[in-house]
Amino acid sequence: MSSEAWGEAWETVIGLEVHCELRTATKLFCGCPNSFGDEPNVNVCPVCLGLPGSLPVLNKQAVELALRIGAALHSRAQSSIFHRKNYFYPDMPKDYQISQYDVPINAGGWLELPSGKQVGIVRAHIEEDTGKTTHIGGGGRIHEAGYSLVDYNRAGVPLVEIVSAPDISSAEEAREYVEELRGILVATGASDGKMEEGSLRVDCNVSVRPAGSEELGTRCEIKNMNSLRSLGRAIAYEAARQVEVRAGGGEVQQETRHWDESEGRTHSMRSKEEAFDYRYFPEPDLVTLSPSEDWVATVRANLGVLPAERRRRVAKAARVPASSEPVSTVVRLGLDGFVAAAVEAEADAGLALRRLANEVAGELGDDGGHHLGREEFARLVSMEERGELTSAQARSVLKIMVAEGGGPEEVAGRLGFEAMGAGALEAVVEDVVVANPREWGRYAAGDDKLAGFFIGKVKAATGGNADLRAASELLRRRRAGQ
Amino acid sequence: MAPTISKQDVAHVARLARLALSEEELELYTTQLASVLGHARDIEALDIADVPPTAHPFPLSNVLREDEPRPCLDRDEVLAAAPEVESARFRIPRILSEAP
Repeated sequence: MSSEAWGEAWETVIGLEVHCELRTATKLFCGCPNSFGDEPNVNVCPVCLGLPGSLPVLNKQAVELALRIGAALHSRAQSSIFHRKNYFYPDMPKDYQISQYDVPINAGGWLELPSGKQVGIVRAHIEEDTGKTTHIGGGGRIHEAGYSLVDYNRAGVPLVEIVSAPDISSAEEAREYVEELRGILVATGASDGKMEEGSLRVDCNVSVRPAGSEELGTRCEIKNMNSLRSLGRAIAYEAARQVEVRAGGGEVQQETRHWDESEGRTHSMRSKEEAFDYRYFPEPDLVTLSPSEDWVATVRANLGVLPAERRRRVAKAARVPASSEPVSTVVRLGLDGFVAAAVEAEADAGLALRRLANEVAGELGDDGGHHLGREEFARLVSMEERGELTSAQARSVLKIMVAEGGGPEEVAGRLGFEAMGAGALEAVVEDVVVANPREWGRYAAGDDKLAGFFIGKVKAATGGNADLRAASELLRRRRAGQ
Repeated sequence: MAPTISKQDVAHVARLARLALSEEELELYTTQLASVLGHARDIEALDIADVPPTAHPFPLSNVLREDEPRPCLDRDEVLAAAPEVESARFRIPRILSEAP
């Protein structure tokens, strides 16, 4: 939240913990399928059910994906070990979660936001997911529920937890961070990035401090945000709550708070005397994980193009700053190939970028789907550039191409958008001039405001199909006696 | 030598591990654990600055398996072992707090 709401008196300090489910075929420590949406409790075995005598064996592909994430975040890959995090809760049948504690596989690093700001990464470690509990009765709320049901399909699914430094200073920036991280996770093939399916889960640490101060205030951890929108709302609410506590002379208690989407507020999850003590100790059933230099180097070499680099490429082609809004929109939506196609066809890449960030982005389905072809798009941009279609016409044609596909010539024809030849436009301009001699007299005498009057008449006379820039030019030339 | 562990420490750890200890057991385990910790203290007398921490007694690292699915357990068999089942899921008593 911006500090303006409190008269510049306070600023917000945010660190994020993002849990990312890895796109492996199997779970982290057993061969059960890692699959979302299956019938309950079909993907379980003695290991993920925590049956006595079972032993975990680490999934190589999970390590590969964790290394890719680390490489993309400029982290240092290191020799690491696993720990047991002990707690009693029905989502983990072993009564402990295998995680990494003091020596994670990826240490340090940074992530670059579209604005160019770098957010520090503290660590990105491997751990296993928990089972899914559903609370029955009491409207699904845990405290009022009569009982709960547990599905262990998710128990043992591989996760990487990415912990940021407290470098984020607003709800908006937190959303940018998660979007950027999501783009990186998808680009590296580590995750499908589906927040709505829980593939990506975000917890955040929020504190406030007097503006300009370097102190790190007492923080609260907020859980249970299921979308970028609720992340933003939760941070805004929590920062305002803490400011109210501190401005009133009180102290913020360090605690975990639960975001309630329907109430639009956070509330304390547990009392202080229940403070958790996980009794971490090294997992005796697993040995050191020490990826070879070769492995790490191969991962780095095959990383592919990440969003920050894609933004730089699009920005260069369109000759705009990499931090500009249209560039980040186009890259986030995976539309940069269309800019490349426009460049390839020698069409105006800047115009292509604007059409993609506005019209195309606005017409995409909820799943990001569209029927637009790259070459067809480039041809449309060229037609607009040459004045064969007005911008209004080009926008209409483009919307149909996004929704239904097809080429610009055919769609424009279907809509009755015949290219208005220069001669036809000249005739229309002549008509409106002759029909309005008084206004023409004033315009001819130098009153430029009247240009708008004539353009309006041309627009009306042609049903919006005229190239109005060309019409303005014709008016100017007629006045100059050319 | 100061005691390495107090009765309160033992009671705390027992509570975390959900162990119900009697007063006599608390006394007994406090004495026994103090003796174990005292033994570990002997190491403090050694200069181990150059010795890396031991992560595991076996001289092994990178024990990995390929990411290939293997058969799971039969669900009916799994659920037959549960005290209560509903909608193919484990039915458990009311939970008193959120997951940690």
